[in-house]
Amino acid sequence: MKFSVVVFPGSNSDYDAFYAASKVIGADAELVWHKDTDLKGADVVILPGGFAHGDYLRTGAIARFSPIMGAVKAFAERGGAVLGICNGFQVLLEAGLLPGAMVRNDRIKFVSRIVPVRVEQTDTPFTGACASKQVLHLPIAHGEGNYYAPPDVLEQLEAHRQVIFRYTDPSGQVSADHNPNGSLNSIAGICNRQRNVVGLMPHPERASEAALGSADGRVVLDSAVRALGEGMLRHA
Amino acid sequence: MKARVYVTLKPSVFDPQGRVVADALVTLGYQDVTDVRQGKFFEVELADADPATAKARVTEMADKLLANPVIESYRVEVLQ
Repeated sequence: MKFSVVVFPGSNSDYDAFYAASKVIGADAELVWHKDTDLKGADVVILPGGFAHGDYLRTGAIARFSPIMGAVKAFAERGGAVLGICNGFQVLLEAGLLPGAMVRNDRIKFVSRIVPVRVEQTDTPFTGACASKQVLHLPIAHGEGNYYAPPDVLEQLEAHRQVIFRYTDPSGQVSADHNPNGSLNSIAGICNRQRNVVGLMPHPERASEAALGSADGRVVLDSAVRALGEGMLRHA
Repeated sequence: MKARVYVTLKPSVFDPQGRVVADALVTLGYQDVTDVRQGKFFEVELADADPATAKARVTEMADKLLANPVIESYRVEVLQ
């Protein structure tokens, strides 16, 4: 089992993801520089959080042109499991691997705290070990996590069960008071139509051990291990 | 040849930054301000090109990079 974590100039959660995959999960993990063009035999690719290329122009807009993104796109098109966390989610949106876009948080604040997040669907490589509608307590830390998609796209996302994570209250109920950034439909994470590419704003890798305030995020990477064990990961 | 590109959020997309600027203007005493929309402005210098070609090329640039068509619209002006 091998996780490859892409490092962009400005990534800052790359080592968190590397640590969670290698030390907490005990899998092989490797940091892959954005100028590389090969994913070093990855079973799973993680695009980590941070501020790739300084978030210049728009979040993720420049990272999409990094040389490694050609390999990430090809890997995703072959059915490979790709997880974009926070800035990594923004990169996937700009690269067109996931639909929609991010705008500034509606209350114009950088939000950094642990929030309840409900798992909406368990048939992805990153949620297979979760219980349906399980509520995870995960940290968020972003200024632009306000998910937007045009009405027709949003309707398609819901119709095809592509909303994978939603912000809720601690009991798992969606409410405006527990939507930290103004995201449409309280969306915290989505997948593509083929369900192998998942992006989310919360940081499961920063909540992988009790010492970090929550170990709830561990299940996201555990799900990938389980998916591999069940022969559900395709990437040859 | 110089071109200018104006990028703004689409009317259907809420602009939190513009809203905050509008609130600040009202606080400053400009009670007549009802809304502000914030955008981006680019000046693109191009090697020799006729105005029609320049406009087509810069429009392509705006579409591919300068604006995100999911949330933004843009306007291109070519200067002589």
